[in-house]
Amino acid sequence: MVEQLRSATMSVLVENESGVLARVIGLFSGRGYNIDSLTVAPVERDGSKSRITIVTQGTEMVIEQIKAQLDRLVPVYKVLDLTEGPHLSRELALIKVLGTGEKRAEALRLADAFRARVIDATTESFTFELTGATDKLDAFLDLMRPVGLAEVARTGVAAIARGVKTIG
Amino acid sequence: MDGTIQSAELMNSGAEAILRALKAQGVDVIFGYPGGAVLPIYDAIFQQNEIRHILVRHEQAAVHAAEGYARSTGKVGCVLVTSGPGATNAVTGLVDALMDSIPLVCLTGQVPTHLIGNDAFQEADTTGITRQATKHNYLVKRSEDLVRVIHEAFHVARTGRPGPVVVDLPKDILIAPAPYREPSGTPHRSYRPRTEPDPKRIEEAVHLLKRSTRPIVYAGGGIINAGPEASRLLTEFVRMTGFPITNTLMGLGSFPASDDQFIGMLGMHGTYEANLAMHGCDVMLNLGARFDDRITGRLSDFSPGSKKIHADIDPANINKSVVVDVAIVGDALATLKALIAAWKADATPQDRPALAQWWQQIDVWRAKESLRYTQKRDPGSIIKPQYAIEQLFKATRGRETFVSTEVGQHQMWAAQYFKFDKPNHWMTSGGLGTMGYGLPAAMGVQVAHPDALVIDIAGEASILMNIQEMGTLAQYRLPVKIFILNNKYMGMVRQWQELLHGSRYSQSYSEALPDFVKLAESFHAVGLRAEKVEDLDRVIAEMLAVDRPVIADICVDEKENVFPMIPSGAPHNEMLLGPEHGPEKNRGVSGAGLALV
Ligand SMILES: Cc1ncc(C[n+]2csc(CCOP(=O)(O)OP(=O)(O)O)c2C)c(N)n1
Ligand SMILES: [Mg+2]
Repeated sequence: MVEQLRSATMSVLVENESGVLARVIGLFSGRGYNIDSLTVAPVERDGSKSRITIVTQGTEMVIEQIKAQLDRLVPVYKVLDLTEGPHLSRELALIKVLGTGEKRAEALRLADAFRARVIDATTESFTFELTGATDKLDAFLDLMRPVGLAEVARTGVAAIARGVKTIG
Repeated sequence: MDGTIQSAELMNSGAEAILRALKAQGVDVIFGYPGGAVLPIYDAIFQQNEIRHILVRHEQAAVHAAEGYARSTGKVGCVLVTSGPGATNAVTGLVDALMDSIPLVCLTGQVPTHLIGNDAFQEADTTGITRQATKHNYLVKRSEDLVRVIHEAFHVARTGRPGPVVVDLPKDILIAPAPYREPSGTPHRSYRPRTEPDPKRIEEAVHLLKRSTRPIVYAGGGIINAGPEASRLLTEFVRMTGFPITNTLMGLGSFPASDDQFIGMLGMHGTYEANLAMHGCDVMLNLGARFDDRITGRLSDFSPGSKKIHADIDPANINKSVVVDVAIVGDALATLKALIAAWKADATPQDRPALAQWWQQIDVWRAKESLRYTQKRDPGSIIKPQYAIEQLFKATRGRETFVSTEVGQHQMWAAQYFKFDKPNHWMTSGGLGTMGYGLPAAMGVQVAHPDALVIDIAGEASILMNIQEMGTLAQYRLPVKIFILNNKYMGMVRQWQELLHGSRYSQSYSEALPDFVKLAESFHAVGLRAEKVEDLDRVIAEMLAVDRPVIADICVDEKENVFPMIPSGAPHNEMLLGPEHGPEKNRGVSGAGLALV
């Protein structure tokens, strides 16, 4: 019986102390779990808590394991598997496209269709800013490749539950 | 606790504040080794009398000694080592304690804060190195955090699933004045382990257990960690229900081995009856054990027909390798209390006839006597290691006896043939399997129980891994008995090579061994040797009669293997039995035997 893999987006609320990110990453590498995306930033006004968003993959059993393993770390307040319910997930990318002539015009047209913003331009380049779900960003990058895609910087995923549900 | 904010008292130095915090945490002994970075703490130790310091000969031994101390007392063990090599030497011990859930606080020295990251002399990234080797670790960067962190470290080490905690202490923090506060009693902000089991799950468990026809209780080290009261309640529960019970290596002593309901240790070298009962049961109650691979064998064939109930304090242990039907997260003591109450409250009668039939089946398995061996008695006969343990056990009955082991065949024979009726009297490195654990662990036990009999059952290879601790025994007059089953081989390695690698004994012969009798004497201890069966009882008696450290070098059969054995990755019902059971019957269970379950 081959167990089905699924992707999970987890929010982890942690004490903002030194070493906490290393603990989380060490847990993943030490136990052989995947990390597809990881983001972290302080979320409390006093900077005392940070929120880590991790996109990972595994069987249902492994995902349960990851949750439990994260939860037992001393500086972890709360672990939420957002994929268990409706949720929103967004990522931001900065995309540099080099080119002139028709390719350059095409890049601009496609960017427009995706509502990517031009945040920097020269006669031979555009830098676009695009926010959206991961698959939207992936689709946009696929389209940019033939028209001069030169460089990408992506933030990784930030995610939150829909509706009134909170992590707190 | 009372909500009032305690005012801080300024201590002359961080080191003094630390010692005061240790006292407040109930520390009465520290196992340690000095060095530049921790000299201020050693200075503070010098100026007080309440906390005793035991100077070990290697930092790894300090950690194992603290493990022995912790496991035999139920208290948190305390270790103090210097920066750099002091800390790195401690790492094996920390991982050992992590794997076996032993509560420890290890204080490590560190270079002053302004030098951290400069590759300073004896600098190591201790928190980086020990992050995966501890339950949690801290680097104290500000004097005002120092005492809070020490208190917190003890809290984290002892609560939830216990484990080792490292506090890394830069030298300037040890020197500068630091405020002292008593432990606050306010709950930790993010760390709040669950200890009370969910009553619904308890009910579900009792529902299954009451209706079981072939039940088994499988209890592990979690019971020991929950304190002697948990073992008492386990015994009460098992007697109440009439169920058979088996223990893991770490759980030995949580239920009296001399009791008829005890069917022996399970797992790779467990008894025939324990493993077949696990394989054939219809309801399994796992209390404080973790379905380790040494227990389950091939996962897909592990107890295929049973409903499984798993109670563990660590939710991450549940459904990790074996999917269970009822998961109970909680402390073993609280869980047992709840189970007993729910069992009494549930009016459903037990299926006693079915249970009786199940016991009949177990007795058939028992009759196989899977631990049988033959000891020739005529003078000049070679000593069988199993016999040596049995004779040792007999000679120590009636005395308060603690046993530690090293790692290898002797460890398994000790587990099989030494019977423990009480918890906290058996110290062994189960999870990590650390050769060199036994002598320092025994040392820690003896420090905690000066009048008790403490024996390290050792192998001739393992004992050399921390042999320097003979010096510590001599210094503190710790009368630890080292009982070496000397088979001139790394026996466990040799056994695997014999069974799995065509008897190619690559690098497993213990070449150029020391003369253990002279070695003992040079360390101010007593050295004894038994070469033939007729020497054994005399040597044991002499060893037990002396109130000094002893090495008893017991020359045993070099070719003996540990049986039964479930080869790694094989299912429980494919157990190898010893030569006693004849070559043709070596293949464990017959079809007929299986058909009964
Ligand atoms: C530190 C360490 N290194 C290697 C091993 C692998 N190992 C397991 S048992 C064993 C042999 C132990 O020999 P001995 O102490 O003589 O015990 P015996 O098996 O002969 O009773 C070895 C090398 C280990 N468990 N620990
Ligand atoms: Mg040996």
